[in-house]
Amino acid sequence: MKNQLKIVVLAKQVPDTRNVGKDAMTPEGTVNRAALPAIFNPEDLNALEMALSLKDRVEGATVHILTMGPQRAADIIRDAMFRGADGGYLLSGREFAGSDTLATSYALSCALRKIGPDIIIAGRQAIDGDTAQVGPQVAEKLALPQVTYAEEIVEIKDASLVIKRRLSSGTEVVECPVPAVVTVNASAPECRPRNAKRVMKFKCALAGSEIAAAPDSEAARRAVAKPYLQIVEFAAADVDPDPQQLGLSGSPTKVKKIENVVFQAKEAKRLTAADEDINSLMVELIASHTLG
Amino acid sequence: MANFFSDNKDLQFHLQHPAMRKIVELKERGFAEKDLYDYAPQNFDDAMDSYRRVLEIAGEVCGEVIAPNAEGVDHEGPRVVNDHVEYASGTVQNMKAIVDAGLSGLTLPRKYDGLNFPLVCFVMANEMVARADAGFENIWGLQDCAETLNEFASEEIKQKFLPWVSAGATCAMDLTEPDAGSDLGAVMLKATWSEEKQTWLLNGVKRFITNGDGDVSLVLARTEEGTADARGLSMLVYDKRDGGVKVRRIENKLGIKGSPTCELVFTNAPAQLVGDRKMGLIKYVMSLMNAARLGIGAQSVGTCEAAYREALKYAHERAQFGKPIIRFAAISEMLSNMKAKLQGARALLYETTRFVEIYKQYTHISHERSLEAEERQEMKFYTRLADGFTPLVKLFSSEYANQLAYDAIQIHGGSGFMKDYPCERIYRDARIMNIYEGTSQLQVVAAINAVTKGTFMEQIERYAADTYSECMQPVVAKLKELTAKFAEMVERVESGDKEKPGFKDFHARRLVETAGHIIITYLLARQAGECEDYINSARIFVKLAEGKISEAYTYVMNSSFDDVDLFKAVEQEC
Repeated sequence: MKNQLKIVVLAKQVPDTRNVGKDAMTPEGTVNRAALPAIFNPEDLNALEMALSLKDRVEGATVHILTMGPQRAADIIRDAMFRGADGGYLLSGREFAGSDTLATSYALSCALRKIGPDIIIAGRQAIDGDTAQVGPQVAEKLALPQVTYAEEIVEIKDASLVIKRRLSSGTEVVECPVPAVVTVNASAPECRPRNAKRVMKFKCALAGSEIAAAPDSEAARRAVAKPYLQIVEFAAADVDPDPQQLGLSGSPTKVKKIENVVFQAKEAKRLTAADEDINSLMVELIASHTLG
Repeated sequence: MANFFSDNKDLQFHLQHPAMRKIVELKERGFAEKDLYDYAPQNFDDAMDSYRRVLEIAGEVCGEVIAPNAEGVDHEGPRVVNDHVEYASGTVQNMKAIVDAGLSGLTLPRKYDGLNFPLVCFVMANEMVARADAGFENIWGLQDCAETLNEFASEEIKQKFLPWVSAGATCAMDLTEPDAGSDLGAVMLKATWSEEKQTWLLNGVKRFITNGDGDVSLVLARTEEGTADARGLSMLVYDKRDGGVKVRRIENKLGIKGSPTCELVFTNAPAQLVGDRKMGLIKYVMSLMNAARLGIGAQSVGTCEAAYREALKYAHERAQFGKPIIRFAAISEMLSNMKAKLQGARALLYETTRFVEIYKQYTHISHERSLEAEERQEMKFYTRLADGFTPLVKLFSSEYANQLAYDAIQIHGGSGFMKDYPCERIYRDARIMNIYEGTSQLQVVAAINAVTKGTFMEQIERYAADTYSECMQPVVAKLKELTAKFAEMVERVESGDKEKPGFKDFHARRLVETAGHIIITYLLARQAGECEDYINSARIFVKLAEGKISEAYTYVMNSSFDDVDLFKAVEQEC
């Protein structure tokens, strides 16, 4: 593999839907974001680990994070830097609001054209949308080969990667030329922890709009003085997009209605351990496609 | 996401102590390195922010990696393969997480790649690791050996070993031998100077060596041929990569099974002398042991935390007679006492840590420049307090670890006796804590001088002179009564010892424990003024203190000189 290998990890800041409490939904049936802490999307952390382990194996390789989101999404870029990433790019602006997967992958692909990475690694899917579409769509838009459900980079060759994929029925080993897009499964190794020295070194890393928001803060002064503390921030105009393909106008997905489904106790059914009861339950479950 | 720092308000409280400002100033030498290292703090607030962030990382590694591995490590344990230790697979994962997180060389100077954190932070991390897995705490906590090298070794040795420890090399202190346990002056492992190889060569056997196959070993050995006591012993450092030491066996223990306790055979193992010859036991081991005792204090408090949490959780979950058992008075009383002991032991742990920290920093500064008269006086003041408080914290916290582990099983009832709940492992792990690094009986011997020379009483008077919140007034009034009783006891024992030698030794533990009970209650009362979370614990602890001190008082004041011989009569039994 070439020197100066440039790896970009696509990551998303998501509400922590794994720890859903009683107040996770508003009475109107929308997500109560205040009750759900914003976290690094779990499979994107697996992707980051894959990128960092590649960096460990290829001399001179660098790892950067690219995320699209509001200003506070810079938190996950910092988090990635604490874990070993060299830096990051924050793609942020009103134009991106309301993006579905198509508009998101379009925006990301515009930014990636600017960055010019050799390898793009992303988590399989985000826990808020569960679509698993953004990674593959980015690959299509950049006309790059893609390897999905990746679990391990088995071998690094001169111009290709040998990758193990985790499929529902087993594993598959494929070889893929680079540049390429790889999406990583949750079964891949977990991300290394944040490192003490890196946390102290990078805790004042800030994106441009964060510096502008509080230019007199100590953190901002430090970030301005030290280039390695500056997170690159792209506004829409910086990545030369077709405005029609961004945000709501670029998103064909329309949410028609959100329903809050609450199971009632009266739907419960009492069964005995008798064979006929179990038999009739099985028939019912198969008929309703819950089983089989 | 389990995080053993974020979920522990008591721990966070102790990080906020006002003395931290002085400690950080001393440790950072007025922030002299702020422009030399990209991770050095710029000022006090920056330093504190870094400590919190790094302790959160440590808390996450403990909660997410080490604690989930504890049961597997306990079952699997380490093995001897080709004369060396192979850790349990969970231990290997723990080590990797620790190294990745950069939690090695926590207190070492930055020039040796350390984090240059105060001892307070090390003790906190130590405590969290022990809460996750007491056995793994031994392996991780032994990085503290590097502090002894930092204090006494030559620059050449420091350059060689300290950056390695910061990168995750593990340590061991090779002190005890088959015939030299508590009596280390009897150590026989031989160190001979080889003119040919221009190195010291070690030959002999060491036994009960925690993490004996560690990368860096501090070895107590006899360099002076023909001697038989402490004056012939020196401290040497051995590098595992040089070879010459075989692990003969790993002990099969009751608890802390993940921590390999080794019997080592040294055969012409090369080693370098640390500091001066003949000072091995007298100076360096004493320093090592004091640090180790604080370490066991932290391990014990972490164990108390684990035991209390397991018991509390079970008492909420388990229902009998139609309600959770925590709603029975017998159970809630036990839990309240456990919590008071846990918070009391922790208060004593960090008070002691601060004393140790300040005098240690002055010691280091005194190697860089001569101290001002005021600084010298302060160093002396804190050294004296540290010498008294260190055995006290080891004594109390390790006994509490055992008591809390015992109570945790009791609250679990029959289920606690089974292997199904962590409390049985905690119980087995706790059992060593009041034995190793000096038994409780030896801590009493180490602490009794602080009773008879007045160190404890002077400090108690300083606490009494502080101001306390309104609701603590009854507690403080009670403490004054108890302090008067303590003074009476000391007076009686001291005068009695003149008439009947052995009278002081006979009552030593009662005196030391009385001082400890008063000190801990004062610390909790002080905390109650700053944070209302401690009001209940202070009120509960003073009841425990009153009960214990009344018992000791009755025993001491009613004790006749004949008691000394009465309890010696058993010597004639066989």
